[in-house]
Amino acid sequence: MSNLIKGETGEWEIVIGMEVHAQVISESKLFSGAATAFGAEPNSQVSLVDAAMPGMLPVINEAAVRQAVKTGLGLQAKINLRSIFDRKNYFYPDLPAGYQISQYQHPIVGTGSLTIELADGSSREIGITRLHLEQDAGKSLHDQSPSSTYIDLNRAGVALMEIVSEPDLRSSEEAGAYLAKMRSILRYLGTCDGNMEEGSMRADVNVSVRKPGGPLGTRCEIKNVNSVRFVKQAIEYEARRQIELIEGGGKVDQETRLFDTGRGVTRSMRSKEEAHDYRYFPDPDLVPLVLAPEFVERLKEELPELPDTKKQRFVRELGLSPYDAEVLVAEKESADFFEAVAKGRDAKTAANWVTGEYFAALNRAGATIAEFPVSAEKLGELIDLVADGTLSNRLAKDVFEGMAETGKSAAEIVAERGLKQVSDTGAIEAAIDKVIAANADKVAEYRAGKDKLYGFFVGQVMKAMGGKANPQALNDLLKRKLSA
Amino acid sequence: MSLDPASLTIASARDGLKAKQFSAAELAEAAIGAMQAARPLNAVLVETPDRARADAKRADQRLAKGEAGALEGIPLAIKDLFCTEGVETTAGSKILKGFKPTYESTVTANLWREGAVMLGKVNMDEFAMGSSNETSAYGNVENPWRRPGDNRPLVPGGSSGGSAAAVSAGFCLGATGTDTGGSIRQPAGFTGIVGLKPTYGRCSRWGIVAFASSLDQAGPMTRSVRDAAIMLGAMAGFDPKDSTSVDLPVPNYEASVGQSVKGLRIGVPKEYRLDGMPAEIETLWQQGIAWLKEAGCEIVDVSLPHTKYALPAYYIVAPAEASSNLARYDGVRFGHRAAGAKGINELYAKTRGEGFGPEVRRRVLIGTYVLSAGYYDAYYIKAQQVRTLILRDFEKVFGEVDALLAPTAPSAAFPIGDKADDPISMYLNDVFTVPVNLAGLPGMSVPAGLSADGLPLGLQLIGKAFDEATLFRVGAAVEKAANFTARPKPWWRA
Repeated sequence: MSNLIKGETGEWEIVIGMEVHAQVISESKLFSGAATAFGAEPNSQVSLVDAAMPGMLPVINEAAVRQAVKTGLGLQAKINLRSIFDRKNYFYPDLPAGYQISQYQHPIVGTGSLTIELADGSSREIGITRLHLEQDAGKSLHDQSPSSTYIDLNRAGVALMEIVSEPDLRSSEEAGAYLAKMRSILRYLGTCDGNMEEGSMRADVNVSVRKPGGPLGTRCEIKNVNSVRFVKQAIEYEARRQIELIEGGGKVDQETRLFDTGRGVTRSMRSKEEAHDYRYFPDPDLVPLVLAPEFVERLKEELPELPDTKKQRFVRELGLSPYDAEVLVAEKESADFFEAVAKGRDAKTAANWVTGEYFAALNRAGATIAEFPVSAEKLGELIDLVADGTLSNRLAKDVFEGMAETGKSAAEIVAERGLKQVSDTGAIEAAIDKVIAANADKVAEYRAGKDKLYGFFVGQVMKAMGGKANPQALNDLLKRKLSA
Repeated sequence: MSLDPASLTIASARDGLKAKQFSAAELAEAAIGAMQAARPLNAVLVETPDRARADAKRADQRLAKGEAGALEGIPLAIKDLFCTEGVETTAGSKILKGFKPTYESTVTANLWREGAVMLGKVNMDEFAMGSSNETSAYGNVENPWRRPGDNRPLVPGGSSGGSAAAVSAGFCLGATGTDTGGSIRQPAGFTGIVGLKPTYGRCSRWGIVAFASSLDQAGPMTRSVRDAAIMLGAMAGFDPKDSTSVDLPVPNYEASVGQSVKGLRIGVPKEYRLDGMPAEIETLWQQGIAWLKEAGCEIVDVSLPHTKYALPAYYIVAPAEASSNLARYDGVRFGHRAAGAKGINELYAKTRGEGFGPEVRRRVLIGTYVLSAGYYDAYYIKAQQVRTLILRDFEKVFGEVDALLAPTAPSAAFPIGDKADDPISMYLNDVFTVPVNLAGLPGMSVPAGLSADGLPLGLQLIGKAFDEATLFRVGAAVEKAANFTARPKPWWRA
């Protein structure tokens, strides 16, 4: 699939690198004991350290370090056993100390990689440059008063991982897939909840354009994009803007831009000239972070199965199609749900149910797996009723609808509605006989070679039996009777 | 009143309290009276007499129950750089005027735990930046010492000038100081008292307003070496709230005082012999060498070849860290906020312009400059490399000797105003003290003699990392030999 886009002067290639900021799942902040829960009363989760009171000192939170290392391992990355925290200095009211503690030259995680799957079934490996730990800033609230800005420091000091990719991405689709895959891996690892609406994951997107094979163009950084869809839109817009600018005889200025989600455009935020001089230097309040090799080894052993491995297992061991496997492993919850349904059952059937009826119903309800009334256990029982012939596939679908609406079990609905499939050959035979008797002309036509009429007879018999006839038994008997 | 705190030491007061010669309440009352009488020195920013009385009452109860701590009932003055819960803490700056911390620094909390009595918060150079106490937003501190026949006020040294004046004048038995480039040792030298800067990491920095985080260290200022040992024992210890504090047991420092120094090897670094240094400083140094030789030490000439780079490196590293540490004083959350500012940038500029004095502004500018893109490698990185070389010099020398002997400062106390307009000459005051901070080592100033015009001079002992014990041992030997009994005349009582 070609990623090139056409301009006036020919084709252009987009070059994209991403910086993903992911909030670490951790009880307390990166350098203080304050809590990190989302949505708390403003300034109710602020320690003396977070408010940068005089004489306060940061102390590294081991849980956050563990999360960063786990994430590094999940990205097949090099774990740096010695890393250093630096101060990034700038003035802003929601940055109480006047500096953010981050990692500059010596991050905790080095180079790694992540594989993205594309719509055409191909996959690409995207390089990870580094992952480092840093503090989040607080929040400025400009809408509380006409004349003042209010500050909420609940988020100040919360641990973030900044994950930087190589400029390996070549299209908005790839960038979207990268972000989605990153989110999926972080959620599998349990190191970030990936909740982009709440701001626990956001991306800075670096975009430049060039003639295919030519030297890299000047890049613009689009700050704080908070959904896969917006990432794609922002890149589409920004690439077009740069191409038109260059083709119009202009030149791209290196700058920081913002994506206006309402209008779908990017806007200049600050130019290179206005860029801060952050005056990074090692934080003298902290000693270098040194990890024991055994600490990393232990985390490696505890690492859960990640989406790529899980997908391979689903295909190789459970016989799923790569497509179904991909759909199922995208979210850990889906994969776990599927595995619970498939346990002790035919995996392909389970996959069909989960990716088919179940996901469709989930989407219609706009619910999460945890919220939806049909549990894996209940879906499994429904599948069992099909397998033992109690329900036809068609009946099962009706029963599933009922389960989704009422939360009842399949057995309860079957009993209530009297939906039990009829496998009694006597009853089916009687119904067939009636249909044959009532349609003598059609029987004659069928016997004369008009095979297409077979479906008509099946339909008539099913109708006569209220849809409850065991399809296999009906089929066997009908064929015998018609050919008699 | 018969009880005069100036005639006591921590050790003698401890004995007096134990023997019920006087109560902690009586001692506190005497100290409060002496403190109030010494107001002309401008050493105290906040007097806390009620607190002192309450502390003393509790001390008497604990003494009666036999539960006395190491400093039970001992009146101390606290440098205003230490955050004290509910007691205004300004760091000598206008920008923190009115700031009352809701928390207590670890070091002061340790002192209260051991039963010490708080007399008040004492003056200092603004944010500990200064060598004469002239940069305080709350006025100069005057040295209790004056040249005989000369009424010109002298500086007490800095930045712990209020602490030094308080101990020297005698209204408290000890004071906390902090030392980033000599701020304990130089004022101790200028006022004829003992001042110890412990090894970096020995005392917690938690709750001490930061100047230069990689150099700052709290220490005791007392009237005897033994007192410094007692007080350090209470101040020191591992603190999980300070990542740079070191988890090593605190030895019984007092036990080192009086131990023989026979056979100890004392290094004399030739690079501390400066051109143009007053002859009396050299003479005192030679005297110190003779004393220690007499006490059985072996004197070894040593070389610390990178010494001359220490002062310039210090005046890059310390301002660099300070420029970042002081960014939090922005008028947003606490302390001074400029009135009438339009917009956030103006609020910052006006607040900081009004709140910081000229020396602090100078160092914030220097620090910001040396960390800037394009200058970072030439200044900050180079200074860090120098720092490594200085540490290596010391490590090499400490392979051969147990401690070093050097002067504390290149001169005795000078008149207020003499150097205030000449920052370079002021910075030169720190020439013998900053290498110790850059290397993170312990250093102690012991009063050793008087200058030709009758002012105290100190000798400095420098030890191996975490070997304060040897400093107390050697310091006590110097103290004994020097027999420095001179006291300032209490002109302020007149």
